[in-house]
Amino acid sequence: MTPPAQAASFFVADNDPVSTPTPIARLSGVRLDRGPRTILRDIDLVVPRGGVTAVLGPSGSGKSTLLAALTGELQPSAGQVEVFGQPLPRKHRALLETRKQLGVLLQGNGLLTDLTAGENIALPLRAHTSLPEPVLRQLVLLKLHAVGLRGAIDLYPRELSGGMARRVALARALALDPPLMIYDEPLTGLDPIASGVIMELIRRLNDTLGLTSIVVTHHVHETLPVADHVVVIASGRIVFDGTPEGLQASDDPLLRQFLEGRADGPIPFDMATAPRTEAA
Amino acid sequence: MSAIAESIRAFGRGGLFALAVLRASRPTATFWRELVREIYKIGARSLPIIAVGGAFVGLSVTLLGYRALETYGAANQISALVGLGLYRELAPVLTALLFIGRAGSSIAAELGLMRATDQITALGLMAVDPVERAVAPRFWAAVISMPLLTGFFCSLGIAASYLEAVHVIGIDAGTFWQALKDAVDFNDDFLVAFQKSAVFGGVAALVASFVGYHAEPTIEGTSVATTRAVVNASLLVLMFNFAMSALLFK
Repeated sequence: MTPPAQAASFFVADNDPVSTPTPIARLSGVRLDRGPRTILRDIDLVVPRGGVTAVLGPSGSGKSTLLAALTGELQPSAGQVEVFGQPLPRKHRALLETRKQLGVLLQGNGLLTDLTAGENIALPLRAHTSLPEPVLRQLVLLKLHAVGLRGAIDLYPRELSGGMARRVALARALALDPPLMIYDEPLTGLDPIASGVIMELIRRLNDTLGLTSIVVTHHVHETLPVADHVVVIASGRIVFDGTPEGLQASDDPLLRQFLEGRADGPIPFDMATAPRTEAA
Repeated sequence: MSAIAESIRAFGRGGLFALAVLRASRPTATFWRELVREIYKIGARSLPIIAVGGAFVGLSVTLLGYRALETYGAANQISALVGLGLYRELAPVLTALLFIGRAGSSIAAELGLMRATDQITALGLMAVDPVERAVAPRFWAAVISMPLLTGFFCSLGIAASYLEAVHVIGIDAGTFWQALKDAVDFNDDFLVAFQKSAVFGGVAALVASFVGYHAEPTIEGTSVATTRAVVNASLLVLMFNFAMSALLFK
């Protein structure tokens, strides 16, 4: 069955996703805590359908915490997280149902090391469909083909390079044809060529499959060229929400420090002088 | 006070985890496939250590028993001592302790590394229950494997005892087997040993899975979980052994 959100995404004009009236994800007045610490506060964020939204920010600014809220791993202490127009369920079973429509590429890939690349991709298909084995194999090959790794079907994760493992994990995240893809630091640990391949794949898959993508990363220069919409998180809140061009043109000292990679500025070099609100 | 509260909380969390494992135990095709794989990994591959352990325990108990029984002229009852000792206490407990060292530590380390390398998170994000996929097959594999391993432990122990008692000490072979047969009751000793083993297998797997599953997602966290699995599971098995011996044996 085609998920309603996916069906709707086919009617979205790719060249103007920001103006689409029904966002695929919305955070309203969200506060996120880890134990006694507040990581993010007053988060109001709208993720438009059909585009690539980049969530940028320095390491430890709370990007991964925001991702955890979007996937339901972390419940907000205040405010509401909506995905596909519905509040994210709190009950475990209902949350698992929603997650079938989310594809998540984790920073550590999360490939099961005792399964081959093909078996890893087949895992969600086996769990959530009753397709016969030959069809399953064809689907797995199709997904691997989409990331350019058809020949890696029988290789174990330990036999793959970092870039290849990331692509296999991407193919697995795409296995159930999710309408929303979330990428957590997709370039960490990759060389420039592999980084280029991954960013190219994110853009191409987003456009050809009619997806919506959220890329959580601190790799500004690799991400901005493929993004339609940019959000910057720093000091526990959203400090920029707009287009890549708008971000490049901003003269906000904090954004300039981040874009230009300066060691000192509004985010001090000496952490002892900074308030301790940062986290994963 | 806080240590007591923390211990009670840990037992509560452990109980809820055990319930989650039982709830996640659904006989799907994936479950059977994983179960067979885990029985091979934690059961079949533990066989050498269990066999060697059983043989040496049989030899030691025979030597010790001969020394004690000879004083009273009852050396030909050595097989009764070995048989009862093995079935009632030594085989279930020592098999469980060897199993914890060999398989419990590996369960905790595997799950700890799965946590550290995002595999458990990835399963949850794919809407696949990590407990169902990664924990339930290991738990049932331990429950099934432990009685079988205990059987091997007893068999090797008695075989080694036979060789020592008959061929080294010089006890009559017929007397050896007859004394064993007279002393060991099928229901009260033999079957209870296997019931104890199944419970010990379940306890060992649950403790190892619990600490591995909830390990800090770091290398150090995995190391701590592995140590904790061995220590906690061993102590729990000894406690359960006393309780079950007191309740089940006549």
